[in-house]
Amino acid sequence: MSNITDLSLSELVSNIKNKKLSSHDITSEYVERSKKSKNLNTYIEETFEAALKKAKEFDSKPDLNKKLPGIPIAIKDLFCTKNVKTTASSKILNNFIPTYESTVTQNLWNDGAILLGKLNCDEFAMGSSNETSYFGNVISPIDKDLVPGGSSGGSASALAAKLTPATIGTDTGGSIRQPASFTGTVGLKPTYGSCSRYGIVAFASSLDQAGPMTRNVNDAALLLEVMSSFDNKDSTSVDFKRPMYSKDLSKDIKGKKIGIPKEYRVDGMSEEIEKLWEDGKNYLKDCGAEIIDVSLPHTKFALPTYYIVAPAEASSNLARYDGVKYGFRTEGNNLIDMYEKTRSAGFGDEVKRRIMIGTYVLSSGYYDAYYLKAQKVRRLIKNDFNNIFQKVDAILTPSTPSSAFKIGDKSNDPVSMYLNDIFTVPVNLAGLPGISIPAGLDKKGYPLGLQIIGKSFDEQNILNIAYSMEDKINFKFNLKEWWMND
Amino acid sequence: MSIDLKTVKHISKLSRISLDEQKAKKLETDLNSIFKWIEQLNELKTENIEPLSSIAETKLRLRKDEIKSKNIREEILKNSPDDNKDFFVVPKVVE
Repeated sequence: MSNITDLSLSELVSNIKNKKLSSHDITSEYVERSKKSKNLNTYIEETFEAALKKAKEFDSKPDLNKKLPGIPIAIKDLFCTKNVKTTASSKILNNFIPTYESTVTQNLWNDGAILLGKLNCDEFAMGSSNETSYFGNVISPIDKDLVPGGSSGGSASALAAKLTPATIGTDTGGSIRQPASFTGTVGLKPTYGSCSRYGIVAFASSLDQAGPMTRNVNDAALLLEVMSSFDNKDSTSVDFKRPMYSKDLSKDIKGKKIGIPKEYRVDGMSEEIEKLWEDGKNYLKDCGAEIIDVSLPHTKFALPTYYIVAPAEASSNLARYDGVKYGFRTEGNNLIDMYEKTRSAGFGDEVKRRIMIGTYVLSSGYYDAYYLKAQKVRRLIKNDFNNIFQKVDAILTPSTPSSAFKIGDKSNDPVSMYLNDIFTVPVNLAGLPGISIPAGLDKKGYPLGLQIIGKSFDEQNILNIAYSMEDKINFKFNLKEWWMND
Repeated sequence: MSIDLKTVKHISKLSRISLDEQKAKKLETDLNSIFKWIEQLNELKTENIEPLSSIAETKLRLRKDEIKSKNIREEILKNSPDDNKDFFVVPKVVE
């Protein structure tokens, strides 16, 4: 057998079910590899000893009917984990130990998975490069100078470096799909309402969704199947019959109509991305799908809309960090002084910037001009998608306008950083599902991704399309393990 | 429309985030460049458009008003920076 850490999530599950591998075999391999990979700065909290103990417990009484039997998984540090430190990569939460478990992670453990540790991300998931983390930026295994993307950068990096067989992230404006694209991995943002938001540190509540990040499409289907559930604890959780995504996965996409939105051909788009997109269309045609040119006329307004809506919701959500109920506190001369000092010392620059934007657009005299305006434009963006989904079954776009950029390249220019999410943000605004799959390499040899966007709750369809394309693309990336210590 | 230093300080007060002069000036620059970019939304006419506040757009579910968590005082206070076993403790508010 090849190395355990080279096996996909689905392969590990079959090996456990066939009793060829034990949970302890797998967990100890991942623990060893993670310990040798500290240079990547992926883990904020390691739970290796507890994981090994749980693996032994699983092996002594294995329940092979579980979907993730004894499988170790490291997760983004935005999910609250009972009795395990949860920081959201912020100083203000750096001593926070939840007394409850997020629904999504509880679903993983209920189906047999074991927590390996908590992974670095942008502070409160606000960022596209993992440079805003209080715990330092994550290094991409692709190249030491590159960002892994963000905000689920630690998740993408750990997955690509094979420190975990799969992982989960959250996606508010592209935080799963963009890092997946940058690291040659698969990332899926489900429809809003599919995965419970209960116990996930809130950023922008009308946009946040948790989703799987995996090495292939089959694994994404399996993990989504476990993560997605109706939950009374999340008022926006949707009660619908959830398919068995992995069981129903099919490469038959004959006759599917795939839209190519012309507005995604943005100014200054590189030839490499053009070609990647063209190749994608050809792969789909090879699979028997029909390509249709479509228009999403309000695309260019999605990012400015997002940068009103998301900070507005964030400023409201982050009001809870006041140094009283949990987290970090700086003492002050009086209550207000304590609040102001605590929040000034506890939040990083990007988080402060977004709270300030959000507070401004919600403040008296500006609410109509900004917040209400953005909500109206959000409606127009959603209508664009509604209109073309009358004609097509899914949409194909590039995942990002470029491959991964260098650490420090965009950190001083917020707008240029924000522009990185140009192809992912509209999907969140419309609440739709989107998946990024690795589709090729650019001239520098860095991974590029293609995104498939589907109708609400039509995850099965975009998974099937991705599954068919994956086969044709046959993406290979020869990862040199330059970061490993002995 | 540009955001001046006075406005930045006002927003910082509303946000309960103290700022030194240098940070305030940096934010003045950042916010102006961000809002200049955001202004492009004004190209769109939106008078008759219904604002979209949530994708879910469903009615919130009703449930019975009943207590489900009992005796969780200790859990709730567990992460508090300062408590006296029964309450959160904050600096004196009323003289």
